[in-house]
Formats: sequence, structure tokens, C-alpha cells
Amino acid sequence: MSGTKQRRPAAEGWFTAADGSTRLLGTRCTSCGTPYFPRNELACRNPGCAGPKDGSELVPYEFSTRGTVWSYTDARYQPPPPYVAADPFRPFAIVAVELEAERMVVLGQAVPEIGVDDLEVGMRVELTEGVLYEDDEAVYTVWMWRPAS
Amino acid sequence: MTSDVVVLGAGMHPWGKWGRNFVEYGLAAARAALADAGLAWPDVQYVAGADTIRNGYPGFVSGATFAQALGWSGARVSSAYAACASGAQAIANARAQILAGLADVALVVGADTTPKGFFKPVGGDRPDDPDWLRFRLLGASNPTYFALYARRRMALYGATTDDFAAVKVKNARHGLANPNARYRKEVTVEDVRASAVVADPLRLLDICATSDGGAAVVLASADYARRRGVTDPVRLAGLSTVTPTFPKTVLDLPDFATDSAMTVPPPERPFRASLAHAAYEEAGLGPSDLSFAEVYDLSTALELDWCEDIGLCPEGEAESLLRSGATALGGRVPVNPSGGLACFGEAIPAQAIAQVCELTWQLRGRAESRQVENPRAAIAVNQGLFGHGSAIIAVR
Repeated sequence: MSGTKQRRPAAEGWFTAADGSTRLLGTRCTSCGTPYFPRNELACRNPGCAGPKDGSELVPYEFSTRGTVWSYTDARYQPPPPYVAADPFRPFAIVAVELEAERMVVLGQAVPEIGVDDLEVGMRVELTEGVLYEDDEAVYTVWMWRPAS
Repeated sequence: MTSDVVVLGAGMHPWGKWGRNFVEYGLAAARAALADAGLAWPDVQYVAGADTIRNGYPGFVSGATFAQALGWSGARVSSAYAACASGAQAIANARAQILAGLADVALVVGADTTPKGFFKPVGGDRPDDPDWLRFRLLGASNPTYFALYARRRMALYGATTDDFAAVKVKNARHGLANPNARYRKEVTVEDVRASAVVADPLRLLDICATSDGGAAVVLASADYARRRGVTDPVRLAGLSTVTPTFPKTVLDLPDFATDSAMTVPPPERPFRASLAHAAYEEAGLGPSDLSFAEVYDLSTALELDWCEDIGLCPEGEAESLLRSGATALGGRVPVNPSGGLACFGEAIPAQAIAQVCELTWQLRGRAESRQVENPRAAIAVNQGLFGHGSAIIAVR
């Protein structure tokens, strides 16, 4: 049973679910204000930004957690590795979500109980955490979208 | 314009799933292009290869690989990888050599042998590579992205899955008698509807296959062509390989997210439109000058996006344009008279070169049963990965 296993993020530093609310972790340029997801620590990529562009202008940033569906689809066939699929494979939905605050679109899987028939462009969704895959040692989690409460 | 680079020869190895070494396809295409140009291999001063990343080291140094297969001749050589735009990048390299006066005649070759099924990232664990990570963390295959664009068209512009199917029906008809096409069979809307959903709303017959194939062109300076007595050749009037402009606000493979438009407003033209725009500017032409277009229909729905991106109609009107018959052979501006990727499947480094072969044959009036009526100008457009793409305008 997965409940007895350790829970680990499938990728370090991409999201946090520490205090019960899931948030995407990125960086933000202190010079021009542009946020980045995934984390950009190299240099601000806004060519018009007057910052030092040596990475010192980039600080950790937590993204807003709600947005609207920009588009959505699903995977009816098992994606190739390195995707780790459950056996038997279970189709899942993928949602592209527009975050109003950051004015950008971020991809994520939908929670397993939500399929394409439950989704609509423009619909309000919020971020949560879900299980991406598990092995003998641990359950690996990732950020997911679900209809906003 | 006398400074335009001309296409002296075009040649292809038929697309298929032949399972042989990619060099064989490239060699066949190169020989066909040279024969078409009336030139011998030793006449070539510069050879530009378009790389394949799925065929080991020979694929990474494709220019040298093809040069060796043709017989070392001391020609100058380059190898280029730009994902789906690799072929266009190789053409751009050869064209620049000719325009700079460093070479009079160049051979451009691209060929691929593809594995079965979805494209997957190249091997090895690379948790800092976004192309590896999108499979790992999202399970996002290439059709995922095509499907997101397709669903967006449905929501914004009222496109239907039958519109998407109609693109397949049209292109299947166009490619019926194309000897280089892999699929030469009529397809009905019912056939598309009956095929399996791969990534909702796209079905198997909406999505282009991966193919083996090879394509080559011989390019030359206008002076060289004239000296050889070639009159009225097909000319490359514009070629653009511009990057997107920050902030890139449309998701592209292998992105997890777009750029943020919080601090800088989105550019006037999104990426695909900017590729075409730069080529139009260079050619001094506009969409209304086009006789036909070859666009990168990785999916049926993407052909509709491209029709708008290259300016055949305003945004949101590609479905009306399609339904009017304007983009079918015999219509105002046929799109993908070759049959497009729908009939070819994608042989990545060869595909943009194959598009230029089609432009050449059409503009010469030698496209047989798929011939566009009296064509004068055409565009071929292509979008790769990681911000690569191309637009090529040919005229006669």
C-alpha cells in the first residue's frame, strides 16, 4: 500500500507542498520583474532587462496557485520512457493553465479523476500535488491541476 | 533579382518505412538532384548536410557522411542540426556561402531512418534536459503539444474535429499520385473518425507518422546558372530561420511553460508568423503573391494554424478558408499540394529539403497530376524544436 511508503517529489526544487498548499517554485528577476518556471538561475532572459545578467538578479519565487485552462488534452497511449507508467497504463489528462498574475501558461497533469470530458477552455483550476509513479521504496509526487474549489 | 540563389536540381528518395541505412536514402537523393541539375559530384564546391540524431555518429556529421558516400572530393562541408528545421538550416548555410561569393554551386542533403512509434528523447538519464523532463514529469509526447493547439482552435474559433479530418482528406487526395509520398490512398472523414484517439481531440490519422526518406537540392549562383545556359530557373527569394522574440507566449516543444508576459508585452507576431514575415520581407513579397504553400502539418489542425501564420487568412478564419476549397488543388491558394506530412510522414532532416523539392517541381510546371495552375511564387514553412523554424520563399 502506498500509504506506508515515503513520499518524495519526482523532481527536487520544482514545487513545494510543505504547508498543505502546493506551489510551483521558480525564480524572478529583481531587476525587471520577470518570473521563470522552471527555475532559471543562469541569467534573466528578457533581452531588454538592464540587470547584471549573471544570475545574481534571480531570486526564488513561488507562483500563484490558480489560473484558467488555456487548453487541454490527454495521453491515450503510454508515453515512452523516461515516463514511468503504471501497469496497466491508465490514460491521464494534461492541462495548459494560464496564470493571470504571472501572465504565462504552465503545463501539468490533471489529477487522475479528471479527464478531458471534465475540462473546458477558460475553466478555473488550482494547483495540487498527486502521485506520478511509485517503486518499492517510495511514492513520487508531482504538481497537478484540479478544478478550483 | 540577379543576386538570388537558384535551384538547379532537386531529388528525393521515396518516403517509407524501409528500415535501411539513412546514408543510402541521402545518396539516392543527392544523385537524383545532381542528375536533375545536369552536374557531376566533383562540380560541387560546397556540401551541406542536415543532421539526424537517431542514427549514431554518422548522423551528427551528415555533411561529411554524404560527402564520403559520394566519394571524397575536397569540397567544403558543413553539418547542421536544427530539429525539424535542420534541412532549412542546411539550405541556409549553402545559400549564404553562395551569396557571399565563397561558392558557385552547392549540394544540400538530408536523410533519416526513424524508429517505430512516438519519438522519444535520446538515450540516457538527463534530469537537467527539458526534453527528457517533459516525458518524465508530464508524460508529454509530441502529439500532446499538437493536441493542445488543436483544442485551443476548437475553443477559440469553433473548429470541429471534422474540419481537422477535412485537412487529412484534402492532403491525402493531393498526394495520391506523388511518387515520393509514403501514403497514397484516399482517406474519408469516416476513416479519420474511425481511427483511435491518440491525444484528444487528435486521432491517429490527424497526426503525421515518422518516416524514412531522403531529399537533396543543388543550389547555385545566378551567374553560374546563366553560364551553364539555364534560363528562368527557380530562385530562392527569401529564407528565414529567425528565433522567437521574448516573451514567447505560445507553448512549443519541449516547454513546461511559456515566457511570462508580465513585464514585456507579447511580440506583434507570434513565432510561426514571425518566421514567415521575415521571409516575406526578404523576398519583397506578401501572402497575396503566393500561388501555393507547403506548410508543416505535423497535425491536421496545425495546417490551419499555419494558414493564418503565413497570412492566407486572418486569425480564426482558416476553417472557413478550408471549407471554401481555397486550399485544395484547383483552389485560390493550394496548401500542401505534395500531400504534406499527412502523405509523407516526417523524415526530420529531409523534410524541409523535400518541401523545397516540391516548390521547385511545381514552379517548373513539372508536378504532373498534382500541378498547381501556373504558379509564380510559393512559401515552405516549418517549425522545429527549441525555437528553431524556417520559412523559404521560391519564385520563378
